[in-house]
Amino acid sequence: MIMDWALLTEWTIKSLVLIFGLIGGFAYLTLFERKVLARFQVRIGPNRAGPHGILQPIADAIKLIFKEELIPAKADKIIFIVAPIITVIPALIILAVVPFGPDIRLFGRTITLYISDLNVAVLYIMSVTSISVYGIVLAGWSSNNKYATLGGIRSTAQMISYELALGLGFVGPILLSGSLSLVGIVDAQKNVWFFLYQPVGAFIFWVANLAEVNRAPFDMPEAEQELTAGYHTEYSGMKFALFFMAEYIKMIAVSAIAVTLFFGGYRGPLVDQFPVLGPLYFLIKVVAFLYLMVWVRATLPRIRYDRLMAFGWKLLFPISLGNVLLTAVGIGLVGITGNNLWLWFIPVSTILFFLLVSHFAQGAVAGGNK
Amino acid sequence: MSIDIILFLGLAVVAILSAAGMLFSRNAIYSALFLIINFSAIAVYYLILGAPFIALTQITVYAGAIMVLFIFVIMLLGAEQTGRTPASWWMRPLGMGLGALLILESLYLIFTHLHSFPQPIEIIDGFGNPGQVGEILFDKYVLPFEIISLLLLVAMIGAIVLTKKKMKR
Amino acid sequence: MKWDDLFAILPLVVISTWAVVLVLVDIVIPRDRKGITAALAALGLIFALYFTLPQYNRHLVAFNGMVIVDGFSAFLNTLFLASGLLAIALAYGFLKRNNIDRSEYYTLMLFSISGMMLMGIAADLIIIFLALELLSIPLYVLAGFARPRLDSEEAALKYFILGAFSGGFVVYGVALVYGATGSTAIVEIIQAVVAGKAAMVLLTIGAALIMVGFGFKVAAVPFHMWTPDVYQGSPSPVTSFMAVGAKAAGFAALLRIFVSAFPYLSVSLVPILWLISALTMILGNIVAIAQNNIKRMLAYSSIAHAGYILMAVVTFGKGSAAIDAVSAALFYLLAYALTNFGAWSVVIALEKSEGRGLLLQDYAGLGKKYPAWAAAMTVFMLSFTGVPPTLGFLGKFYLFRSVLEGGFIGLAIIAVLTSLVSAYYYLRVVVIMYMQDGEPVVEGDIWLKVAAGATAVLVVVLSLFATPLLQWAAQATLQSGL
Repeated sequence: MIMDWALLTEWTIKSLVLIFGLIGGFAYLTLFERKVLARFQVRIGPNRAGPHGILQPIADAIKLIFKEELIPAKADKIIFIVAPIITVIPALIILAVVPFGPDIRLFGRTITLYISDLNVAVLYIMSVTSISVYGIVLAGWSSNNKYATLGGIRSTAQMISYELALGLGFVGPILLSGSLSLVGIVDAQKNVWFFLYQPVGAFIFWVANLAEVNRAPFDMPEAEQELTAGYHTEYSGMKFALFFMAEYIKMIAVSAIAVTLFFGGYRGPLVDQFPVLGPLYFLIKVVAFLYLMVWVRATLPRIRYDRLMAFGWKLLFPISLGNVLLTAVGIGLVGITGNNLWLWFIPVSTILFFLLVSHFAQGAVAGGNK
Repeated sequence: MSIDIILFLGLAVVAILSAAGMLFSRNAIYSALFLIINFSAIAVYYLILGAPFIALTQITVYAGAIMVLFIFVIMLLGAEQTGRTPASWWMRPLGMGLGALLILESLYLIFTHLHSFPQPIEIIDGFGNPGQVGEILFDKYVLPFEIISLLLLVAMIGAIVLTKKKMKR
Repeated sequence: MKWDDLFAILPLVVISTWAVVLVLVDIVIPRDRKGITAALAALGLIFALYFTLPQYNRHLVAFNGMVIVDGFSAFLNTLFLASGLLAIALAYGFLKRNNIDRSEYYTLMLFSISGMMLMGIAADLIIIFLALELLSIPLYVLAGFARPRLDSEEAALKYFILGAFSGGFVVYGVALVYGATGSTAIVEIIQAVVAGKAAMVLLTIGAALIMVGFGFKVAAVPFHMWTPDVYQGSPSPVTSFMAVGAKAAGFAALLRIFVSAFPYLSVSLVPILWLISALTMILGNIVAIAQNNIKRMLAYSSIAHAGYILMAVVTFGKGSAAIDAVSAALFYLLAYALTNFGAWSVVIALEKSEGRGLLLQDYAGLGKKYPAWAAAMTVFMLSFTGVPPTLGFLGKFYLFRSVLEGGFIGLAIIAVLTSLVSAYYYLRVVVIMYMQDGEPVVEGDIWLKVAAGATAVLVVVLSLFATPLLQWAAQATLQSGL
């Protein structure tokens, strides 16, 4: 019984650390984004609250909490209130299967730096992703507002379309590591990060991720020019903050998953000797990816909606299918010849395939749906 | 009462109430949402039965993909409110009668045959893990698996044939 | 999976791979030359036929007993592939005339044929269900192929809804059979029954549900309601293909399941099947009299013929008589297939766009203006009726004889009487063609003429030299999956 309580306490503490870490991360990610964007645009960014604007998130939080909450008269009240909650929860729970570091010893116990090592962890991520659509689409619908509904429907279409490429992006690391567990996938990257074997897979995964979390250049659901603020047009105050929070937590989550699948997770030099380095490496890699997201937002304009769909279906989807096929062929070759060098067949062939398809598919994507 | 029984009964309440809610709500969106809850409850049942793979597939495929499409279609058609369908006078009593019969019979069976139900098979180690599912799928059931893939291809082609705009000459 | 397994289902592999590749190849074929696609599809069918014929004396069990290759399956698969060839010949000109010559017709038909062939070799209820879906889904689409014509869309929708509904019956039946015996493989079902381990009540209900599901597919009364509308609304080549292929596949499953797996259920199920068979013959033949649209008439005629073939299923518990009945049913299916395609080719030749030219009155004067077409139609009508010297006569003769051997005298009498009734409406077509004056217009392209001529000649000639054919059918027995 005592062991059980200890285990329960351990889990609770780990979960709380994860959740509060994510919420804190969200707060400072907003500041990070504004600062970096400002640099890109040769501005200074927020610098009033605290030294270098470091208290800005707290000021924002206070502002949002004390704002008046509006519920439109014709809205579907229950769903209108529940929708933001449905949006936040998947974002918070998705990282439960991601390992942040190797096992460490603390107070005479071996503590694993993940909440659960599920043997179907990748499926867990897929199912949480597929659930996370509901919050947005319901928010749009329950507002009883044309702009919001359109934003919600757009996001549904977009997420369904890009989920295919996303799911196929998972397959590469699964095939290479022979495991559906993220812990197993990270362990398999001890020597070589899967990014090197799966350059195309990683790229597609990343692009599909941007679309899944509705980030620029795929931020269709909230295209201001066309839809005012998209699905959260009618939201204000804390409910709006929840949507805001979900979006930024999802950014952190997908970066963490991308790092785990393709960039060795917490792995790095000297991790096995000094386990504490694990979380640090992980954090550095995640921040690098978050920077990449902001960079993309600062650089690329938003894609038109029909081209967005054409891009997903006519370019990303076939390429990711081909990527899965070629990866399987490469692993099959290793199995037949017994020579691990054949693994390098995968990046070479997939990159060639990628170039080939993108060359021929250009017209199809640019033409859009006439 | 072991924790399994408590879990089982709690889930049963959720599953049955959400199924009833799906049937009785007049708003199609609410029906769809109740159905999602129902699917999720079933998924947790699979977890209790020691089949995490099927549980998560259930959530991804049914609660995720299929129901999103349902909601999508309902919203696009603006068909949230279903009109009252004119039912024949005998339908309601007949339905109630049949439902009552079903409940009575199942109650009778549960209370008289409770001890003669076969005991659940002991779950062997590694049951239902992805590796095993894959092996069965690609060894014993490889032919059905391939046929299903053909079937899905045909369905896709068929959907495109039936919806494509008239060919220009 | 071993190579032996793949070898056993080689015709199926050939035809399904061919269909998948044809979808891709079709992209590079220019739009105004879709005849190439038709030719390629026909070529694939011929290839598959080439691989099917040697399977005739084989007895192979493959994929862990999920499929079984025997004389029965080889006979049926030959029939399916040949009907595919005929359906292509019937369709080519028709699709062009009606401006619906999209090449998906041919690929979807190949997929449907692969489903039918799978039904022929299936020895597991899972495979039977999947085969049912694989053969039906392309047919739903093909029924709506003349979109946006309303009757074609109506046909597609009706066929789809009732098809899905009947598929549900089959699945429930399969689930109950699995619950009763612990297996879906036909061999293991019969083993469980023999060992006394099966829950017989559940098994009977399951078998009855499967029967209902396939009753829809073969259009047996009282599950025939969809047939006239669907047959009338679908493009005529599709209807001809549907009438032969789907029906033969449905009977393949019924015969395989009932004769191999459920012979011990005959006490409880034979009365029901007897009644269904009798009702189907009576209703089909009598309602057909009232039709003045040839497509509807042929639809009711196909219901009636389903009733005749169902008589063979009724004998499923009778041991050696059942085996004879299976051969007779196969022979009847062959005769029906040839006659049916022939009759539909004449219908297609007279059909105008927008569904005109389908009334019986439109056939007036055919005997004077187009004696060859009229003669062919006469042969087909005589064969449908069962008058010598046609295949229809032989088919009926052997079928009725095997039913008598099975001891179902009442059923045989009903069959003979309803055949007499059918003479009225079949011969009415002949009378109208020769005795009444009119100005029919025939638009037959070369392939249609070939199909009509070949089937007419075959229906007569094969009946005169029927011995090898009969032997073939007699050897096409069901093998057990052991």
